[in-house]
Amino acid sequence: MKEKYDIIVVGAGPGGSITAKTCAKAGLDVLLIEKRQEIGDPVRCAEGCAKEGLIKHIQPDKRWIAAEVKGSKIIAPDGTQIKMSEEDSGGKAGYTLERKVFDRALAQEAAIAGAEVMVKTRATGLLRTNGRVSGINAMYMGETHEIKADIVIGADGVESKVGRWGGIDTSLKPDDIDTCAQFLVTNIDAGEYSKFFMGEKYTPGGYVWIFPKGPNSANVGLGILGSKCGKVRPISLLENFMKTNMPEGKVIEIVVGGVPVGGPIERTVADGLILVGDAARQSDPLTGGGIINAMDAGKIAAEVCIKAKEKGDYTIRTLNEYEHRWRATIGKQLIRSLKVKNLLVKLSDEQLNQLAHSLEEIDTSKMPLPKVLPILFKKNPKLLWELRTLFI
Amino acid sequence: MSVNVNRYKCGYCGACVGVCPVGALELVETWIEIDNTCTNCGVCAKICPVGALAVVK
Ligand SMILES: Cc1cc2nc3c(=O)[nH]c(=O)nc-3n(C[C@H](O)[C@H](O)[C@H](O)COP(=O)(O)OP(=O)(O)OC[C@H]3O[C@@H](n4cnc5c(N)ncnc54)[C@H](O)[C@@H]3O)c2cc1C
Ligand code: SF4
Ligand code: SF4
Repeated sequence: MKEKYDIIVVGAGPGGSITAKTCAKAGLDVLLIEKRQEIGDPVRCAEGCAKEGLIKHIQPDKRWIAAEVKGSKIIAPDGTQIKMSEEDSGGKAGYTLERKVFDRALAQEAAIAGAEVMVKTRATGLLRTNGRVSGINAMYMGETHEIKADIVIGADGVESKVGRWGGIDTSLKPDDIDTCAQFLVTNIDAGEYSKFFMGEKYTPGGYVWIFPKGPNSANVGLGILGSKCGKVRPISLLENFMKTNMPEGKVIEIVVGGVPVGGPIERTVADGLILVGDAARQSDPLTGGGIINAMDAGKIAAEVCIKAKEKGDYTIRTLNEYEHRWRATIGKQLIRSLKVKNLLVKLSDEQLNQLAHSLEEIDTSKMPLPKVLPILFKKNPKLLWELRTLFI
Repeated sequence: MSVNVNRYKCGYCGACVGVCPVGALELVETWIEIDNTCTNCGVCAKICPVGALAVVK
């Protein structure tokens, strides 16, 4: 460990590792720290992602691809199925990752690109010089250290503290978080599709997912909107789902976690500070997906850091470019998804069935969700009137 | 004022840390630490996926 780096990245998830790798490749002096002793473990993810989004960042490797899926099936409360997102060629459209291996592979790429990596090293506060962020307090193996940097990247996930220390209130309201439980279930037929079960029947304000992890096993999980959690808990709803729907299934892992679903927050940069990924609340409010968004944001953050280093200016003036760029891309999608989510959580199971039935005569199997939504709107203008600004 | 963590139930996911309005919680490896700024608001206990938290009055 040195006394000072160009960039310190806090958190070695996908967002942090891509930021560190991109900065290190450009020749910047980078330190990537992770508070856990094992990167990627325990997992807090259903591990599903689209092929298209992933290959922008890393060459697919069978070491961390648990399964390939053909597409998605959305299942309405009455059992009506809607297929989506298949590839034109009939090939595989998505992956279920093995994040324990994937997160490590990304950190390894950062290390090979030249970043220094420290595990079991937790950021405990921020250093400041003339009011601006200038490094971190860290604890490694029980010892405290002060490490300086021109820019600190907060890529510290759902439990992020870096933003708060930097004066950005990232605390999530109960309406802004999906609280989830998941089992890795084996002894089942996992099928070839990622499945999403919708409706109050299964879970209030969320959905049940089944993502294949191989022919005989799958990540089976569900989320509840935080504001609807308390009387019922994700873990007990999931146990019920298993009993009714996969009695033969055997659980070989338990995962719990929270996903930010509140959409864009007000600010993600400060002088000498950038927030990336779940720390910046960049996961998708509708799907809960955040892996690709975190990596996309990490790439943008790194490019802005490289510019800042060239200019020698680490204030908001230069770092604001990150704010503009992620809001123009990821941010737009988050706002759309938030509007759709806010409406969907209000619909009854009958109304969800009605939506599913309206698509019965249309072949949606090759369409991604953003293509299906306008069709749904056209067929159900009254029910979806709130979304008109998105489609008219 | 504080909250109790049932360590035998907690899945160390950090969701409670993300919702605490005052930043009173911290996830260190597999345990949750609580500092004395806790206001007993109960948000963390409400959203915990497994119900491992209880507010102590
Ligand atoms: C149950 C569940 C299911 C999900 N399913 C999917 C899915 O199928 N597809 C998808 O795309 N997304 C999914 N997500 C969301 C996805 O997991 C996250 O969006 C993604 O991991 C965000 O990446 P990140 O790099 O921002 O943060 P993380 O991957 O959370 O990484 C943050 C890292 O920072 C570390 N850290 C935190 N604080 C400190 C500190 N003070 N010092 C040092 N290190 C620190 C943490 O230990 C962690 O390793 C799911 C989430 C949950 C909870
Ligand atoms: S939300 Fe519950 S399970 Fe998750 S870390 Fe907090 S106490 Fe543990
Ligand atoms: S009760 Fe409120 S203030 Fe106390 S730890 Fe929980 S969320 Fe934080």
